Amino acid sequence: MSEPRTMGLGRQKIVHLEMRGITKIFPGVVANDRVDFDVHEGEVHALLGENGAGKSTLMKILYGLYEPNEGEIRINGQPVRIKSPKEAIALGIGMIHQHFMLVDTLTVAENIALGLPSSRGFVTDLDRVSKRTLELAERYGLHVDPGAYIWQLSVGQRQRVEILKALYRGADLFILDEPTAVLTPQEVDEFMGTMRQMTRERHSIIFITHKLHEVIATCDRVTVLRNGRRIDSRPVAGCTKLDLARLMVGHDIVLPKITSAPQRGEMRLELQDVHALSERGSPALRGVSLQVQAGEIVGIAGVSGNGQSELAEVITGLRKVTRGKILVNGQDTTGKLPGELLQIGMAYIPEERMRDGIISDFTVSENIILRNHNQTPYARHGFLLHRIIREVADRLIRMFDIRTPSPTTPAGNLSGGNIQKVVLVRELSRAPKVLIAAQPTRGVDIGAIEFIHKNLLEQRAAGAAILLISEDLDEILSLSDRVAVMYEGQIMAVLENKDAERGLVGLLMAGVRPE
Amino acid sequence: METTPLFSLAVVTGILTAGIRLASPYLFAAIGEMFSQRSGVLNLGVEGQMLMGAFTAFYVTLRTGNPWLGLLAAMLVGVLMGLAMAVVSITWRAVQGISGIGFYIVGMGLSELLFKALLGEVKVINTGFNAIHIPLLANLPVLGEIFFRQNIMTYMAFALVPLAWFVLYKTTLGLKIRAVGENPHAADTLGVNVAQIRYLTVTMGGVLSAIGGAALSIANLNVFQENMTAGMGFIAVALVYFGGWKPFGVLFGALLFSMVMALQIFLQVYRFPIPSEFLIMMPYILTIVVLVLTVGRVRSPSALTRPFVRE
Repeated sequence: MSEPRTMGLGRQKIVHLEMRGITKIFPGVVANDRVDFDVHEGEVHALLGENGAGKSTLMKILYGLYEPNEGEIRINGQPVRIKSPKEAIALGIGMIHQHFMLVDTLTVAENIALGLPSSRGFVTDLDRVSKRTLELAERYGLHVDPGAYIWQLSVGQRQRVEILKALYRGADLFILDEPTAVLTPQEVDEFMGTMRQMTRERHSIIFITHKLHEVIATCDRVTVLRNGRRIDSRPVAGCTKLDLARLMVGHDIVLPKITSAPQRGEMRLELQDVHALSERGSPALRGVSLQVQAGEIVGIAGVSGNGQSELAEVITGLRKVTRGKILVNGQDTTGKLPGELLQIGMAYIPEERMRDGIISDFTVSENIILRNHNQTPYARHGFLLHRIIREVADRLIRMFDIRTPSPTTPAGNLSGGNIQKVVLVRELSRAPKVLIAAQPTRGVDIGAIEFIHKNLLEQRAAGAAILLISEDLDEILSLSDRVAVMYEGQIMAVLENKDAERGLVGLLMAGVRPE
Repeated sequence: METTPLFSLAVVTGILTAGIRLASPYLFAAIGEMFSQRSGVLNLGVEGQMLMGAFTAFYVTLRTGNPWLGLLAAMLVGVLMGLAMAVVSITWRAVQGISGIGFYIVGMGLSELLFKALLGEVKVINTGFNAIHIPLLANLPVLGEIFFRQNIMTYMAFALVPLAWFVLYKTTLGLKIRAVGENPHAADTLGVNVAQIRYLTVTMGGVLSAIGGAALSIANLNVFQENMTAGMGFIAVALVYFGGWKPFGVLFGALLFSMVMALQIFLQVYRFPIPSEFLIMMPYILTIVVLVLTVGRVRSPSALTRPFVRE
């Protein structure tokens, strides 16, 4: 009879896995430079590093998605070669990718059964898969309906399906790629519980993250990578967040926080009972009222998909308001075009920086002047003045420390953090009156986060009214004078920074209004 | 002038009978295209594959007198044309819309060339697939004539629909096909060979398109003419969209289209007072209208037209 463990039948459980001297070279980049890494049965081993440090490459090698140029992998002392995910799975390795690898239009059971042999040969055996899935779900506390379609599930539930998929295939070792990045604080707590259950069952876990407090809270050992090299491996016990940050970046990092009370000025942005539809035509904003004054940062906390993107788009004129009013500088701007809003001092750091923030085939300097390209000093009588553009771009690139080979490099070739700096330069160099920053630090490394946070605080001090939309609760709490929590297109509550306690905000994010 | 009333029972029966028969080439081609698209590959070369299938089946049947050999030969040609499309669109990752049109032109040109070189003139065969009367059922009043006195390829075309449904929704292969067309990266991480699945569906699409062409030349018409499909391959592609990438949706679309086609033919025969040019346009206008009406109603496979590259 076909049991889920069939593929691993006859293989040994992974008691100790070692990667030795792994080197992976991509054209022009050494992604991994003689990296050593190992993990024991029942251990949670954190893999820590900035974007581009080589964490994902190392794990993709372990999961058979890349082949290393040098180095070897040993399981229980035996050298193995892993040439495809199929072989990794057969050896007992499971990977939970940061972007879930699920087929939205299939059911949970179908996603789990995909690629596995069926007990009925050519015909699927989904009833059997469902039954076995429910058993595993029960044992590990991963409750999910096997008959539900993936598109019907919340992000947290999808993650459970991913874990079940690996458990079903009999994985001993789990690679978790930034698993908490997309979860609410409550879901993170549940997830930590699942991880504990997994280690109790003697599974090994490799936990990729750049959230330092999670490493300290959950991991036994930590390996830090920087620029493709292993900097250190050590037990987590006795490490502080500061120690880890220093290892990761190479120097001390202190993320800025608001310290002084805001110097509130005139009302710059006001939303009155704003309604709007989503891409699919369902209500996305359902009566949002909100005010932002000059000199303050208002943070919008919430799990992604609760109307935050649409909120940014209605304010910047990119999405139609179906009901309600938006006032900028006291002037009714409902239904105004983005270009008109620009003229009265609106600046926008869009969530999808590759799609909405830059034109990736244009050069860095072209992207920097994009907003004002048709005005002096960049253009005269309809002709671009390349010498001046180059001078201004050079100056701004130096000022903002944008790491680019040259001002004429296509902006799309830069790293995420540097692309965000290009957007920042363009938007902030015009001294905006109202700044909408949507997920400004999503996916950028800690050095760039520090830089972006500093700039937001500088704008606040300079008297801009800032709306900060972020899924990163730490970011919201350390930068916002007031915190508004969004849930299903509505503002659940607006809290002063001192009242915005993490647990309370987390409950509001989940739609629970505490008494 | 004609004396037969236009909508007598006999005429309606005749329209329906013809409609069922006319649906078979569309069904073969559209079901094949559906599998290809479900796995993420848009094959616009269907028309060329049908023409090559039609010619090959006709020529072999003419020479051997055996339609089964003709059908087999058409299937082999379908394999070759499907494989060629697969190499270009999957291995070489060409833009599928453009390469498909290329294959259409190749298929059309090659079938014309072979027709001129090997036949030279329009010939008719009497050794094609004839109507088969299903025992008992064929004797039912009205229904018997409409459904149970068709040629074998028509029966096969209709049997293909539930078979396709079963393969797509009830087998491990179908699960892989749907996954690969929706999220190939997810399928890849589970050890599904994306390229292999797509090669299979695109090749199968080529075979079914060629069979569709054969249904025309050795079952329905028993003749081969240059460009005899006259856009049927493109209609088949449209039917896949219309049918929402589902076998029974495709069946419904094919029947709607072929019935209007049959009606149009009868209206011409009975000299209905509308210029025949307009009558001929009817099914095509209907296709456009229906496609416009169905836009946004169903989602296409997410990975459709996107070559797979492991990141």
